[in-house]
Amino acid sequence: MAVHDSAALAAGHYIDWGVISISVTNAAIIGLMVVVFVLALLLPFPRPREERQQVEEEQR
Amino acid sequence: MTAGQVPAPGPAPTRSWTASLRTRITGVLPPGQALPDRQPAYVASWIYVFGVLSLAALVVVIGTGLVLSMGGVAWWHDSSLGHFVNSLHLWSVEIFFAAMVIHLWGKFWMAAWRGKRGLTWVTGVVAFVTSIGTAFTGYLSQSNFDSQWIGSEGKDGINSLGAGAWFNVLNPGQMLMWHIVLLPLAVGFIVVVHVVLVRRHGVVPPLDAAEPGAPVSRTEAD
Repeated sequence: MAVHDSAALAAGHYIDWGVISISVTNAAIIGLMVVVFVLALLLPFPRPREERQQVEEEQR
Repeated sequence: MTAGQVPAPGPAPTRSWTASLRTRITGVLPPGQALPDRQPAYVASWIYVFGVLSLAALVVVIGTGLVLSMGGVAWWHDSSLGHFVNSLHLWSVEIFFAAMVIHLWGKFWMAAWRGKRGLTWVTGVVAFVTSIGTAFTGYLSQSNFDSQWIGSEGKDGINSLGAGAWFNVLNPGQMLMWHIVLLPLAVGFIVVVHVVLVRRHGVVPPLDAAEPGAPVSRTEAD
């Protein structure tokens, strides 16, 4: 029984929601991937130097 | 033809297999499309980075896998260098899968199968599924209690599919061969086909952008 308990503790923490059972680590990784996905959509992509210079010249 | 005259350029003889193969290759992927140096403006977005990030991670996965195969199965247990290379292999796989899944999300919401790109989408799906199999056999090749646990848990699933006689997850030697020979060849081949198709058809435009080279509609022209 003690071996079972220690094995269960070593297995980490789990989120149980109905039929869904997922480790906190895996849930955190999926959450991080969603954050990266949203940031990839929102953050501006750096322009090449030539293009930036061209825009600056046009603004002068 | 008199002396000094240059022969008129005529059609090359197409009987040779090299000429027909060359014609076929350049027909599938013209030289200018294979390695373009300019992309449409909409490609300047972080969401277009994850495909090539998957490829970069795959290169590290294959490189570290080659080093591990030279060291042998016990090397990553009894050597600190072996353990380091094994960790690089694991973490590059983690990045490979994370990048591939974000790439999949991006392409799904862009409906990336538009514009005759159906086969590109399908080869991406096959690459993803084959990669899962490769990762699974990698977990079975760890040669530790973890791999024994996964093997004993997985055997019933494989047997229920009727494939246990040919794909025995309790046989570490067979699983190692699948992991380091058969499945990497399959993943490498399908990824090359996927990249060739991406280069042939171009990256998919966003839903509200016109396809490059597409005729401008009347309302846009006005």
